[in-house]
Amino acid sequence: MDATAPILEVQDLRTHFFTQDGVTRAVDGVSFALEPGETLGIVGESGCGKSVTALSILRLLPPKLSRIVGGKVIFEGTDLVPLDEPAMREIRGNRIAMIFQEPMTSLNPVLTIGEQIAEAVRIHQGASQKDALARAVEMLKLVRIPDAERRVGDYPHQFSGGMRQRVMIAMALSCNPKLLLADEPTTALDVTVQKQILRLMLELKERIGSAVILITHDLGVIAETAKRVVVMYAGRVVEQAEVTALFDAPLHPYTRGLMASIPRLKHNRARRLAEIPGIVPDLRTPIPGCAFAPRCPLATDRCREAAPPLEDQGSGHFAACWEAGRA
Amino acid sequence: MSAVLAVDGLVKHFPILRGVLRRPVAWVRAVDGVSFAIEPGETLCLVGESGCGKSTVARLVLRLDEPTGGTIRLDGTDVTALDERAFAPFRKRVQMVFQDPYASLNPRLKVGQIVGEPLENYEGLSGKALEERVAGLLAKVGLRPEGVGRYPFEFSGGQRQRIGLARALALNPKLIVADEPVSALDVSVQAQVLNLMMDLQEEFGLAYLFVSHDLAVVEHIGHRIAVMYLGEIVEIGPKQVVLDEPKHPYTRALVAAAPIPDPRAKRDTLVLEGDVPSPLNPPSGCRFHTRCPFVMERCRQETPMLREVTPGRRAACHLLDA
Amino acid sequence: MATAATVVTPLISTRGGFVRFARRNPTIVIGGAMLLVMVFVAVFAPWISGDPFTVSPVDRLKPPSFADFFAAGKIDRFGTDNLGRDIYARTVHGTRISLVVGITVSILATLIGLAIGLAAGYFRVVDAIVMRVMDALMAIPSILLAIALVALTGGGIAIVIVAITVPDIPRVVRLVRSVVLTVRERPYIDAAISVGSPSQKIILRHILPSTVGPLIVQATYLCASAILVEAGLSFLGAGVPPEIPTWGNMIAQSRLFLARAPWTIFAPGACLALVVLSINLLGDGLRDRLDPRLARRM
Repeated sequence: MDATAPILEVQDLRTHFFTQDGVTRAVDGVSFALEPGETLGIVGESGCGKSVTALSILRLLPPKLSRIVGGKVIFEGTDLVPLDEPAMREIRGNRIAMIFQEPMTSLNPVLTIGEQIAEAVRIHQGASQKDALARAVEMLKLVRIPDAERRVGDYPHQFSGGMRQRVMIAMALSCNPKLLLADEPTTALDVTVQKQILRLMLELKERIGSAVILITHDLGVIAETAKRVVVMYAGRVVEQAEVTALFDAPLHPYTRGLMASIPRLKHNRARRLAEIPGIVPDLRTPIPGCAFAPRCPLATDRCREAAPPLEDQGSGHFAACWEAGRA
Repeated sequence: MSAVLAVDGLVKHFPILRGVLRRPVAWVRAVDGVSFAIEPGETLCLVGESGCGKSTVARLVLRLDEPTGGTIRLDGTDVTALDERAFAPFRKRVQMVFQDPYASLNPRLKVGQIVGEPLENYEGLSGKALEERVAGLLAKVGLRPEGVGRYPFEFSGGQRQRIGLARALALNPKLIVADEPVSALDVSVQAQVLNLMMDLQEEFGLAYLFVSHDLAVVEHIGHRIAVMYLGEIVEIGPKQVVLDEPKHPYTRALVAAAPIPDPRAKRDTLVLEGDVPSPLNPPSGCRFHTRCPFVMERCRQETPMLREVTPGRRAACHLLDA
Repeated sequence: MATAATVVTPLISTRGGFVRFARRNPTIVIGGAMLLVMVFVAVFAPWISGDPFTVSPVDRLKPPSFADFFAAGKIDRFGTDNLGRDIYARTVHGTRISLVVGITVSILATLIGLAIGLAAGYFRVVDAIVMRVMDALMAIPSILLAIALVALTGGGIAIVIVAITVPDIPRVVRLVRSVVLTVRERPYIDAAISVGSPSQKIILRHILPSTVGPLIVQATYLCASAILVEAGLSFLGAGVPPEIPTWGNMIAQSRLFLARAPWTIFAPGACLALVVLSINLLGDGLRDRLDPRLARRM
C-alpha cells in the first residue's frame, strides 16, 4: 500500500437505532478520511452521533437495537461493514484499539491489569503467557506507571482514575494498533490529570505510529491535540478543516455559534456569551433540509428544504452550508 | 453592610465506619478550615479538582450536612448551632441550584409542584394563587407558563436547569449556592444558563457561591475566586488577579491545564505529575507538596498560612516568603 | 429567550388499547384473568354451589359424576368426601377463605411494613433498633406462632391471619427501607430539604411514591405465600376449625382416604395450585412492568 493512501475512509456511513418509539438516525451520512499517523478530532455536543460513529467503525453497537444501514468503513483497503464477527475480532484490539470515557467500566474488576493486558497480546500476537506478561510490564512502564513490576499484579480498583486511564492506554497500545479510537478519554478526569493523559497519548502515538481519532465535546482539547477536525451536528458532518483554519475562520454557522458560546480563559471578557437559541432536533423525525436550519440565524427556505452537501469551500476547508459564503 | 455569608474555620470530617459497632476507624478530611465571606450581589467561585471539598462547602452552607467545626454566619447571624426549626427563616435567604438537572427534579412531580414547593412551605400558597406565582417564576427564567403542568422529562437539560433556578428564586433569596450548575450541560446550552444567571443577579441583586471545576466558566461569571486543594483554600482573590498572576503553584497549574480553544495560543508548559492524594490521609505540611514542582524541604514539615500577598488577594505558600 | 418550553414528544403513548397492552404483558393479563375468575367464584359461592356443611352418610365417598352437571341439588359433581359432603361446594366456599386470608395478610403486612420501613429508612436514629426487632420477628416461624396462638385462643381465621402477617412484616420493612435508603440520596431530596420542606412532606411526597411499584409486586407474592401457609396450617390442624371448608382442611381430611377416593384431594389441590400460580404470574408481570429500568416507558 502506498504511504499517502488513507488508513481509514468512512463513506456515507448511516447507523440507525430501532426502538419502540421509531427509528433514530444517530449517524446520517458521515464521511471522512484519515491518513496514517494523523490525529483527527471529532467534536460535537451530546447526541450528535460522534460516539456512535466510533462504535460503528468497530461494530460495537447493540445488534438488536441498531444497524449500519448504509455506507462503507474502509480500513487498510478492506470494507469492515460486511465482515463477520470472527473477522472483526481479529481487528478489534489488534489493528484498531479503543479507549473509553470511563476506564472502570471497560476493565474487568476480577482480573489483574497484567492479565488483562497480557490477554490481548496473547490472543492477537500469539505470544506465550510469560512473554505476554513481560509485554504488559513494558507497556505499564511506557505509560509511566511507577513500580510497574509490582503493580502489574494489582486489580483495577487499586488504581486512581488517572492511573486507570493510563492502564487503558497501555492495553490499547499493547498490540501496536494502526488506529486508536479515543472516545472522550479525559472527560471523567480532573484538568491537571487530563493534561498528563493527553500528552502521554500523543507522545505514545508518535512512537507507535498509530493514527488517532479523538472524540470530544471540548473545543479546548481539540485545539490542543488534533491536526484536522470534523464537526458533527445531529448525525451529520457540518464542517471539516485543518485545526488552525477551523479556529481562525469557522465557516458553518453552527461551528461559529459553538465557538462564540464557550467562555474562554483570558480571551473573551464580554459580559454576555453568545447563545445558540433552541435545542437539538429530534432525530426520530427525518430532517429534509439542513439539520441546523431551525436554530440558524442565516437560514433561508432553501436550507429548510434541501440538505447542503459537504463541499470544499477552498483549500481543503469543507462545510455543509448553503450560506457558507455569507459571514 | 455585612456579608450575606461569612464562614470561618469551617471543618467537615466524614467518619469511615467499620465493624459491628460502626466505630469510626478513620476520618475523611473533606473540608479542613475554610474561611471566606460573600458580599451582597457578589459572585464567589470555589474552584478545584474532584475531592477538594468544594461541594462539601456548598452543602454545609445549605445545612445539608452538619459541620464538624467552624461557624457559618448569614447576614451577621451565627446559624451554625441553630436547630432545624430555628434555622427555617434563614433557609429562605440561601437557596441552591444543583449539578444534575435530571436527578435534582423529582421525576414524578409536575413542574408546578416542583417550583411551587418552597412557596407552599413558606407562604402557605396553594391552588390558583400558587400556580400564578409559579408561572411568573417560569417567565423570569425564560420558560413558558404552560410548563407548569408538564413533567421534567418533557424538558431538555438546559430547560431543566432553568426550572431549578426558578425553584431557587421562589423565596427571593439573597444568596444562591450553585454546585457545578452548567457542567452537565452541552456547551451551547451552558451559555444560555450562564447568561440567565448573570441577568438574574443584576435584576435581584443576588449573591452567588458558584462551585465549579471549569476555570473559563469561573472567570466568566465570577467576581472573586477561591482555589481549593484537599479541603483547604490555597488562594483567594479577585478573579483577574488570581487567574492572570497566580501566586500559588497549584493555581498556576490549574490555569495551565485548562485547555484553550485556540490552536495558536501560547501554553504554559507546567504539568503536574501524579494524582490528587486521598483526603483520608492528607500529606503533612503543605498538602500540595507531593505534586508541587517548586517543593522545598520546609513545605514537607510546615503548613503555610493563608496571608495577604497583594491587596484583596491571599495565598498559602512558603515561596511567597522569599 | 422565547426558545424555552418546547414541547417534547412524550416517551410513552397511551394509545394502543387493550390488545397492545395484552401482547406486551401477557403474564399480567393471564394471571389477572385467572384471579378475577377466582374472585368471582368466591363472591358468588352460595349462588353457584350448594351447601358445604350438609353431612349425608349415605353418599359417602361417591366418585365424581359429570352427568347432569348443572342440575340443582347435585352433590357429586366433584364427588363427595368421607362424610358425604359436596366437594364442589366445599371447594367453591374454600376459595373465600383462601382469598380473604391472602388479601388481608398482604394488605396488613404491606401497610404496617410500609409505615415502619419509611420511618426506619428516613430517621437514622430509629433504624438500628427497628431493624433488630425486625430480625427477631423474622426468626419466628409462622407455623409455630400459629400453633401457639391457636393453643391460647382456640383458633379461627383472625388468628391465622395474625400468625401469617407478623413474620411477613419484616420482609416488607426491609424492602421499603432499601428503597428509602436509595431515594433519600437523590439530589431532589436535598432540593426539597433546602426549600424548607418538613420531614413528613419529604417522606409522603418524594419518597413514598417510589415504594409503590416494588410494594405492589411484593404484595402479590405475600398474598400467594399466605394462601399456601394458611392451607398448610389448616392441614396441620393449627388453622381454621376443620368443619369450615378450606382447601387445607379438605386436603388434610382426604389424605386418609387417598387410596380409595383420590378425587377428594384433586379439586382443592388444583384450586390451590391455580390461585397461587395466577397471583405469581400477576406478580411477575407487574415486576417486569414496574421495573425501574423500564420505568421511562410507563
